Amino acid sequence: MSTDNFPRGKSAIVGAATFGMGEAPGYSSMDLAVCASSGALAQGGLRPTDVDALYICLPDDFHSGLTFAEYLGISPRWTDNNRLGGSAFLAHAISAANALAAGQIDVALLAYGSNQRSAAGKLVNTMRQSRYESPYRLPRPLGAYALATSRYIHQYGLKREQMGAVALAARQWAQLNPEAFMRETLTMEAYLASRMVAEPLSVRDCCLVTDGAAAIVMTRADKARDLARSPVYLLGGAAAVNHRDILSMPDLTVTAAAQSGPRAFAQAGITHADVDLIELYDAFTINTILFLEDLGFCKKGEGGAFVEGGRIAPGGTLPVNTNGGGLSCVHPGMYGLFTVVEAVAQLSKSAGARQVADAKIGIAHGNGGELSSQVTLVLGTEDTL
Amino acid sequence: MTFAHPEQEYFEFLKAGKLMIQQCEDTGEFIFYPRVIAPRSGSARLKWVQVSGNATVHAATVMRPKAPEPPYNVVMVELAEGPRMISRVEMRDPTAVKIGMKVRARIVNNGDKDPVLVFDPVDAALALEGGKA
Repeated sequence: MSTDNFPRGKSAIVGAATFGMGEAPGYSSMDLAVCASSGALAQGGLRPTDVDALYICLPDDFHSGLTFAEYLGISPRWTDNNRLGGSAFLAHAISAANALAAGQIDVALLAYGSNQRSAAGKLVNTMRQSRYESPYRLPRPLGAYALATSRYIHQYGLKREQMGAVALAARQWAQLNPEAFMRETLTMEAYLASRMVAEPLSVRDCCLVTDGAAAIVMTRADKARDLARSPVYLLGGAAAVNHRDILSMPDLTVTAAAQSGPRAFAQAGITHADVDLIELYDAFTINTILFLEDLGFCKKGEGGAFVEGGRIAPGGTLPVNTNGGGLSCVHPGMYGLFTVVEAVAQLSKSAGARQVADAKIGIAHGNGGELSSQVTLVLGTEDTL
Repeated sequence: MTFAHPEQEYFEFLKAGKLMIQQCEDTGEFIFYPRVIAPRSGSARLKWVQVSGNATVHAATVMRPKAPEPPYNVVMVELAEGPRMISRVEMRDPTAVKIGMKVRARIVNNGDKDPVLVFDPVDAALALEGGKA
C-alpha cells in the first residue's frame, strides 16, 4: 500500500495567466500557449531562460513538449506531455510539485493552448475510434456523457431544472467576468427550451467551443515569496484513472473523483467545511453534479438538490466555477488548466467583481476523456501552510 | 503461453453469424471488448463462448442531428452474461428507447465490411415492422 505522500506546501504558483479566451484568430495552438506563458512569466519577472521544466499538452501536436522547448529556445531538465485528457494539466502540477520538492527542478512552466474554434470551427476530438463502436455514430465525447447522464437520471431521478441550475449558476458567474465568452442572461425558461443535441443533453448542457490558452509558473515555496505578492501553495494533489471509453466505466454514476478527492483532501489535511471555492471541469452540466458528489460535498444522488436554490451561484454558500466555467467562460477543447488559473485568481485576491470574500482554500478539479481521468488539487494561501 | 487475436477472432465469428464473447476459464467472468488477457487477473486462459444474445438497455441517448437527418438512438446494453456493449436498438420509433428494455442481439451482414451487431426489442409491439425480433 502506497503512503501517497504529497509535498504539502512545498511548492507554489507564482504566475498564472490566460490568453485569447473566446475568439483568437491568426494564432496556432502553440502560439496561444506561449502568449499565456508570456503573461504568467511576466507576473514573476521571469524569462524563458529562467525555466528548467516544461509541462504541456496540445490537441494537435503529439510532441508538444519538444515543440514548446524549441519555441522558447531552452533545454529543460524535465519535459512532460501527458495525455490524460483535459485533466493532464493538474497532473502536470502534481509532477511539478514533486520534482520541485525533490530539488530536481527549480522553475516549472505549465501551459495549454488551442485555436480549435478559429481553425476548425468545432471541437477537435483526438480520441481513437473503436472498431467495435464506429457503426453506431456516437459522437465523442458528447454521446458518452449523454449515456452517463441518462443512467444517472434513471437511478436518481435528476430533473432538467436541476441540470439547469448548474447552467444558470455558470452563466451568473460569467456575467461577473469581463473575459467570459458567454455573458447574456440565461433564464430557466431559455434553458428548458434549448435544443436537444444528444438526449438528455441540450445545447445549454454542453460546454462552449472557443479558442483559448492558459499558463502557470511554479517554484519551490521558499523562492515563491521573492517572485509573487500572493503565492498560491499546493497543499494536496491526487489523480485517478478508471477507463478511457465510457463503455468500460465501472459505474456510470460514480467517477474516479471519488478516489482522487479524498486522497487530496487527506494530503492537505482539510475537511469540506474548509473549502471556500471549487473550480471544476464542467464539460457538461452533469459533471458539476457528479463531482460535487464524488468529491464528498454531498451524498451520491443528492447533487441535483444540492445545486438548486443558488448554492453554487454568486451569493451562494459554495462558489463553484467562479469564472463561468467551461459552460460560459471558455472551453478550448481541454479546460483543466483554467480551473487552476481561476483558483489562483481567487486565492490571490485578483478576481475583481467575482472575488469570493476571505478565500483561503480552493479546489481545482480536472476531468479527462469520457469521465475517464480525474485529478484533484487543493490550493491555499500562505495562511494555510 | 498462447494469446487470442482479439479483434480478428471476434469479427470472424460475427461474419460467421455468431456473437462470441470471451470467458475467462479461471474466474468465469465474461469480457468485452476482446483482449489478450483478462482484466485484473491477467489470465490468458480465455475461451470464446457463444452468448445468448439477451440483454437489457443500461444507458440510452437519442441523437438529434440537424434536419433532414432523422433522430437515432445509441445505447449501452448489458448482456445477460455480464459485459456491456455499445450498439443501437432497432425499433419502430427509435426515440422511444428506454433504460431497462429487454432486447436481443442480431447480426447484420455488411458485405465485405465488418458485420454490425444490433439489438431488437423483445416486445414485438416496439420492434420494427415485420417483427424482426
